Amino acid sequence: MDLRFTPEEIAFRREVRAFLRREIPSDIRRRLSEGRHLSKQDMVTCHRILNARGWAVPHWPREWGGQDWSPVLHYILQEEIQRAAVPPPLPFNVSMVGPVIAQFGNEAQKRRFLPATANIDMWWCQGFSEPGAGSDLASLRTRAERDGDHYVVNGQKTWTTLAQHADWIFCLVRTNREAKKQEGISFLLIDMATPGITVRPIITIDGAHEVNEVFFDDVRVPIENLVGEENKGWDYAKFLLGNERTGIARIGLSKERITRAKQLARATPAGDGTLWDDPDFRKRVALIEVQLKALEITQMRVVAGARGRSAGKPDPNSSILKIKGSELQQATTELLKDIAGPYGLPAADGHDGANEPPVGPDWAAFAAAMYFNYRKVSIYGGSNEIQRNIIAKAFLGL
Amino acid sequence: MDFDLSEEQRLLRDSVDRMIDDAYGNFEMRGSYMTEPRGFAEPLWARYAELGLLGLPFAEADGGFGGGPVETMLVMEAVGRGLALEPYLATVILGGGFVRLGGTAAQKQRIIPRIADGSLRLAFAHGEPQARYDLADVATTARETGAGFVLDGAKTLALHGDSADLLVISARIRGERRARDGIALFLVNADAPGLARRGYRTQDGQRAAEVTLSDVRVPADGAIGVPGEALALIEQVVDIALAAVSAEAVGAMQALHTMTVEYLKTRKQFGVPIGSFQALQHRAADMLVALEQARSMAMYAAMMADAPDATERHAAIAAAKVQVNDSARMIGQAAIQLHGGIAMTRDYKAGHYFKRLTMIESLFGDTDHHLRTVAAGEGLIEAV
Repeated sequence: MDLRFTPEEIAFRREVRAFLRREIPSDIRRRLSEGRHLSKQDMVTCHRILNARGWAVPHWPREWGGQDWSPVLHYILQEEIQRAAVPPPLPFNVSMVGPVIAQFGNEAQKRRFLPATANIDMWWCQGFSEPGAGSDLASLRTRAERDGDHYVVNGQKTWTTLAQHADWIFCLVRTNREAKKQEGISFLLIDMATPGITVRPIITIDGAHEVNEVFFDDVRVPIENLVGEENKGWDYAKFLLGNERTGIARIGLSKERITRAKQLARATPAGDGTLWDDPDFRKRVALIEVQLKALEITQMRVVAGARGRSAGKPDPNSSILKIKGSELQQATTELLKDIAGPYGLPAADGHDGANEPPVGPDWAAFAAAMYFNYRKVSIYGGSNEIQRNIIAKAFLGL
Repeated sequence: MDFDLSEEQRLLRDSVDRMIDDAYGNFEMRGSYMTEPRGFAEPLWARYAELGLLGLPFAEADGGFGGGPVETMLVMEAVGRGLALEPYLATVILGGGFVRLGGTAAQKQRIIPRIADGSLRLAFAHGEPQARYDLADVATTARETGAGFVLDGAKTLALHGDSADLLVISARIRGERRARDGIALFLVNADAPGLARRGYRTQDGQRAAEVTLSDVRVPADGAIGVPGEALALIEQVVDIALAAVSAEAVGAMQALHTMTVEYLKTRKQFGVPIGSFQALQHRAADMLVALEQARSMAMYAAMMADAPDATERHAAIAAAKVQVNDSARMIGQAAIQLHGGIAMTRDYKAGHYFKRLTMIESLFGDTDHHLRTVAAGEGLIEAV
């Protein structure tokens, strides 16, 4: 047992760190760190810089741009991207649809979609959740019916992140209404430019336009856009969700926030000194750091254990990482909001322009918005209550 | 980055597990061990010696087996699972730790083989009534004479101090009561004239002693290290002990969680196992999260226990103790609650895990104490 990184791993971390600081525009990193929303162009720019270096899809099969790395190297890259406040390669492309196509798609689909997906020439969004299918995803009702060499899709998806930017959507659709609910679902790739698709924004409590509703009204999809076999989509979806094993806790992101919280606290006047001089505040930060260190090692145990485990097979520990990782992400956003103090009150998005220039330090309003926004992390990707169900049933046998 | 055990480590773990299972598998046996005069069963201590556990952390050249912190972790996890009563922590980790890390060649030669063969038990008499968790707070005095030192003062809560043959006692040769400089360590025979002990039981069924010293004479070669400069060694050995009790706590938490989940599956109310209720399932799941967090930090503590940089080591160990304490309290309380009334009874094992975990919380610094240490430091997140 040796919990230290090897010299090669340490050298790789240094290489990644230097590359990110050098190649990714610092202005983008600063804005992301402050909790501001990035433009589509910002995200595409960073994604392509990483892809050109071979770091957007290292976990893909080698022939499609992957790297022959140990799980630890994957983890290091991910952590450094988060710590440097670099927008990560678009997860819908690189962690979700890409691996599904690589694993279950046919040759024509691989050639058509994988290079464009890796380089974000196609921007993907995820059509899973529906108004009536959240935690109970398998009860989804959007249906696809065969009509010659097309499927005709009707229904509604929701919580579709960044659909406003998307060129394509990968959807779970019902192709058999007679079968058991998990056994009548198919995995379909749909061009967002197809007639009959309407995207409607959902504005979240932080004022952001991040998610959308997507409506399908007699949308005709060529049958060659079916991935794998008809009615096997639930298996592919489980593969997709189980794939996010190492990234789910987002430890690098929480580290970046703690580093930032300390800097801001040192610069925030309080009493005769700064907020950092307040022992109660220091203890609060310390407790978050302790829990984060514990989770980091838990994460490394999962990463090290991933060696040799078959791809896509979910690890029960990923539920632990999800629960604790999301709680700590939320704790760091609470911390930043509380550092802002009274200057957390003015809205970041004053519609009448009265909040420009900002009232108080220019990061402060975004701290509260980020706090609001991050309530999502214990809801999405299988809510923390669903994760507890998974632990209880799959792990404890209750 | 490698979390696997070596072949030797696996063999060690298996043999310790077997020994603990044999001795403690029947929980009623534990009660009978407690009634022995020393608070544990002598034949069991001999089993520890036979398995090589008592010499485990000592160098082979000194008569030990050259084990490291991971080996200690494996033993202590088993000790925690079994709620073992033997003075392994007091003798091997604490007392033995001072000899191993600070002893002269002559002291090692005289003491380590006798620890390893089970014929000599040690205890660390350091805490004082006014000191709480401050390791530098030493009022006991050591006066230098031509022939050595004369000790006067009072020590409290020396773990297994009542049954030890040899005590490691701290005393001040100079400086103010809480000064970092001026502390010395002495090896003192338990039967030394002027040394009096009052042994008693602790809440968790183990033993401790109050030790009073009046004109206790110690020869010059009874000092460990340079008299007056012992605090760094005390901090090091206490950090190693904290790593060890962190592993012990993980063993206890693991066993307590397992027995709680088992109970949820078998206890029926309203015609169904109570484990079918989601409110209880989620609590059991949260216990698992707390357990794995503690396990990770016990591993971290083991890795950092022999880190060369004392500041880094101390912050890491403090962080581990914070997490272990938090998890121990959460799991202990939840285990009692999920069991219901049965866990309130003295004859049921769950309550004894809870009590041992509660004692570990207060051992060598509680949560607030260690959180202050982490908060005062440079932080834990600056990896590599």
